[in-house]
Amino acid sequence: MIYDIEYETMPREALEAIQFRRLKATIERGYASVPFYQQKFEAAGITPGDIQSLQDLQRLPFTTKQDLRDNYPFGMFAVPMENVVRIHASSGTTGQPTVVGYTARDVDTWAGLMARSLMAGGATRGDIIHNAYGYGLFTGGLGAHYGAEKLGASVIPVSGGNTKRQVVIMKDFGPTILTATPSYALHLAEVAGDMGVSFPDLKFKYGIFGAEPWSESMREEIEEKLGLVAVDIYGLSEVIGPGVAMECYEAKKGLHIFEDHFIPEIINPDTGEVLPYGETGELVFTSITKEAFPVIRYRTRDITSLNPTPCTCGRTMVRMNKVSGRSDDMLIIRGVNVFPSQIESVLMEMQNVEPHYQLVVDREDQLDILTVMVEVSESMFSDEVKTLQGMEKEITKNIKDYLGVSAKVKLVEPKAIARSQGKAVRVIDNRKI
Amino acid sequence: MQAEQISVFLENKAGRLCEVTGVLAEAQVNIRALALADTSDFGVLRLIVDHTEKAKTALKQAGFTVGKTDVLAVEVPDRPGGLHEILDLLQSEGINVEYMYAFVNVTGENAVMIFRFDETDRAIATLQAKGFTILNREQVYSL
Repeated sequence: MIYDIEYETMPREALEAIQFRRLKATIERGYASVPFYQQKFEAAGITPGDIQSLQDLQRLPFTTKQDLRDNYPFGMFAVPMENVVRIHASSGTTGQPTVVGYTARDVDTWAGLMARSLMAGGATRGDIIHNAYGYGLFTGGLGAHYGAEKLGASVIPVSGGNTKRQVVIMKDFGPTILTATPSYALHLAEVAGDMGVSFPDLKFKYGIFGAEPWSESMREEIEEKLGLVAVDIYGLSEVIGPGVAMECYEAKKGLHIFEDHFIPEIINPDTGEVLPYGETGELVFTSITKEAFPVIRYRTRDITSLNPTPCTCGRTMVRMNKVSGRSDDMLIIRGVNVFPSQIESVLMEMQNVEPHYQLVVDREDQLDILTVMVEVSESMFSDEVKTLQGMEKEITKNIKDYLGVSAKVKLVEPKAIARSQGKAVRVIDNRKI
Repeated sequence: MQAEQISVFLENKAGRLCEVTGVLAEAQVNIRALALADTSDFGVLRLIVDHTEKAKTALKQAGFTVGKTDVLAVEVPDRPGGLHEILDLLQSEGINVEYMYAFVNVTGENAVMIFRFDETDRAIATLQAKGFTILNREQVYSL
């Protein structure tokens, strides 16, 4: 089923006309109200008037996550604060997350996009949606929530955690749609099994999973263990949150990008050159309807390719393939973005601790486990075990406080961390994705 | 008055202790006393040796993290209740033992134990006031 027949099945020509009109308005507004964009355009010798076609978008400079950080917290907002009704933030370096804002119209746009997404994923009015995405600064929980209400479905705002209670709710309330990170979905099934509840016997028909990368083999595992149809959703807070692109349950072959709101490009991450359809590179987005926080050529660092061939579901919007990796070293741990540099700054801020570390990620019992190995230098060494254990605890706590992710800290001997050609290997990801 | 102890950080993996003793053997260092404190992940090896600096340098060169701590080597009367007298005295003074371990040798009538206290100076004064013998560095290393 299609929520917004007019836009989601619009002929390409009409869609491109709308895209160009909206792009031009976005660029003019960004230039006029965000000093960052004005300076960036001027440095590149471009004015909004130079944008005469969709192709001209390629002439504009990129926006990076670092740019957003440099303008922390509200420097990228294009409207005065009295027009901002919602603020979200994604984890950032110590004390400096990426902050995004929404006007009332943005919140409504987003809810509409999530309503489209939920329906593409098999949900409709009359469904009960068990929303296990985290509520809070993270866009997952509230994004899915507003979309569910917009769709007219009944939403259970259960959020993440307290898994046993979730199983009881699933058993008693009989939800038909599950929204969660894929790893948490598998964890739910595991806990349900331990409690003697057969997950496939619950009433779920569809599961809408995202916020972390997952593979086709993981899809098969989820569908088998949970007894539902599993579909992929994509989004990031900088662009709007979940609902930027969505797989349809009919085809399950790539995620339709809602191009009437976001223009996608694939670039060579090293040269910035725009690549044609079908080629693999870094995904770049320009928002064309957002008011409070427009992004122009935002580099997502996600690696994928675009597929323009028409889909069996009837949607005309281009599909992006499942994200296959990152062009930077970001890790996604249980839906939380973690950069090795963030762990480094946590260690640097601690007295006597030297930033010789390595991150090891494993998936045990369907949950991501992050282990931070820290080399014991002479300055942090003590002959008392309790002092060393206290240090382990303090590092664990600081990582949790600053990054919002639970990590196991392990002290190791100096030089225990493998160095390849003199450069420390910072990340070992043992997850099979 | 205080003896020097070296401590070594060890990951809990096979053969690490053996590597330490190997390095010390190579450097012609004699181990006088030792204790190992461990958790599931790591351990701390504490050593009293005859040549502290030589041992420290050799272990560092072999890539170990090495620390140095001042500890007290106290003569303990070698009879029932001998250790209890010392601990009872310190307990009554509110001085805590961080850790302790026994020495290999004995000096005549007495055993020797290595102590690490939370308040070293007060421990020295308290013990000496009651007539207990604390060995000095040279005495410890030549035991």
